[in-house]
Amino acid sequence: MKCDFCDTKATVFLTQLVDGQMKKVSLCEDCAKERGVTDPTGFSLADLLLGGIGNATDSLAASPAGGGGNKTCPACGFTLEDLRRVRRFGCAECYTTFGEEISPMLRGMHKGVTHVGKVPEGLMALQFKHQRLQDLRSRLEQAVASENYEEAAGMRDEILTLSQS
Amino acid sequence: MMRFSTLIKNPADWMTGGQTERGAVLTSRIRLARNLRHHPFTGWAKRDQRAAALDLMRPAVEALPVMKDAFSQELSELSAVQKQVLVERHLVSREHAARGDGSAAIIERRQSFSFMLNEEDHLRMQAIRPGLQLTPAFEALSALDTALEVALEFAFDPTFGYLTTCPTNLGTGLRASAMLHLPGLVLSDQIGQVLQAVSKIGLAVRGLYGEGTESLGHLYQISNQSTLGESEETIIRRLERVIGQVAQHEQNAREKLLEDDPQMVADKIGRAFGVLRHAHLIDSKEALNHLSLVRLGGTLGFFPADTIVLCDTLLMDIQPAHLQLHAERKLSPEERDSIRAQIVRGRLLNLNSPATSSPAADGVPPADASATSPNES
Repeated sequence: MKCDFCDTKATVFLTQLVDGQMKKVSLCEDCAKERGVTDPTGFSLADLLLGGIGNATDSLAASPAGGGGNKTCPACGFTLEDLRRVRRFGCAECYTTFGEEISPMLRGMHKGVTHVGKVPEGLMALQFKHQRLQDLRSRLEQAVASENYEEAAGMRDEILTLSQS
Repeated sequence: MMRFSTLIKNPADWMTGGQTERGAVLTSRIRLARNLRHHPFTGWAKRDQRAAALDLMRPAVEALPVMKDAFSQELSELSAVQKQVLVERHLVSREHAARGDGSAAIIERRQSFSFMLNEEDHLRMQAIRPGLQLTPAFEALSALDTALEVALEFAFDPTFGYLTTCPTNLGTGLRASAMLHLPGLVLSDQIGQVLQAVSKIGLAVRGLYGEGTESLGHLYQISNQSTLGESEETIIRRLERVIGQVAQHEQNAREKLLEDDPQMVADKIGRAFGVLRHAHLIDSKEALNHLSLVRLGGTLGFFPADTIVLCDTLLMDIQPAHLQLHAERKLSPEERDSIRAQIVRGRLLNLNSPATSSPAADGVPPADASATSPNES
């Protein structure tokens, strides 16, 4: 029997009762480790099975990333199902992906729904600088392409100053 | 790099307390949760992704000046007992100790700062101080956070603040807490009321040991629950105000108990002292409850003031993993009770019977005064 996640031979077989239904999953050793199946502190089998991977084992191999219509984070593959189940996120990008779902979760949990408090000024300044450099570089390319050399020279100088600051 | 035995050999700075007045408030703790922008969160990351996050964070944290010669280990390199000792010292969380590959702990020499790497969040950093010192603890920790933010590129969103694995920590990622010793409120039956009032204003209260509202050793922890929508300063100021009020209530309760029923107070403290001083088998529940009363005796003048630190240190040293570390082997519960009793007896050896210095003993000489005094140094 093949692993439900890759084509390797499955050596780990798990059965668990979830909401009174029997769920089975077959994994190769690498996938089992990777998914934390052998780690008692990791995600439970229920998360693994119901976490957007699909309920029937047949469909697992076909759509390992998620069932139909289930919103999925493009950065980490975390799904809306995962979120509903574990009430935690997969990565920083999930907060953008599941933006709509987050606000109702936060109400009742916190004093407010927007951040007040420490801002990583140094980091923000750096990110702003990177953004600005990127803008300047693409505009420089355009200026060169349209043979607007005077403007290009100005931008080149600005890029130099900014990247040395 | 510091060895485990060296780290643990000495009590933490916040356990011995220095000059800080530590009546009702034993310790203040600040925890900040941070994550890396470009790495999946620990619980969702694959093994190699967790390793990559660790490889990025570990040198950055070790390079902090305060972490010079710090203790730094992957949890998989520690024994079960060693991990449990770190949990008992509040240096790593129970959840963190249960993690294996790809998780690490970096602990400052004096145990005032500890960093958990690949906990539920990529980075959980913590500062502990003796007494009620949430603001200085936060300021010190926040400076370390600032020193790391650029190199580690923390996940931050202008609307949601610091992004965390669990939305309950979102925003400031701040958990501020204090450990309180409240025997006066317990003995005078006011504890329920006070704790209810505290939880009503959105702060969490729990017994430090034991289940539910019943707390062993009369030790309670008060912390913030909400982390979003208020600044760190607002959260901490509210906590400090409330903790200050609870400590004041405790103080009043102690004074009133002494005034209303000095004999009952002297009896409880004397009995607790007698048991600890002479027991040969004592379980952790009994030890905690008696230590609590001896500590109370220390604050009320039945014992010298340094008894408080003695009790706070013992509180840690009689925990199961500390006992096994001390014995250098695995112990059965019976053996633990025996070694626990032995350690407690040893530490209390130089403590005079409360009878001799009891302010409440006017004209009521306790029966054991003559029996124990010849043994005192």
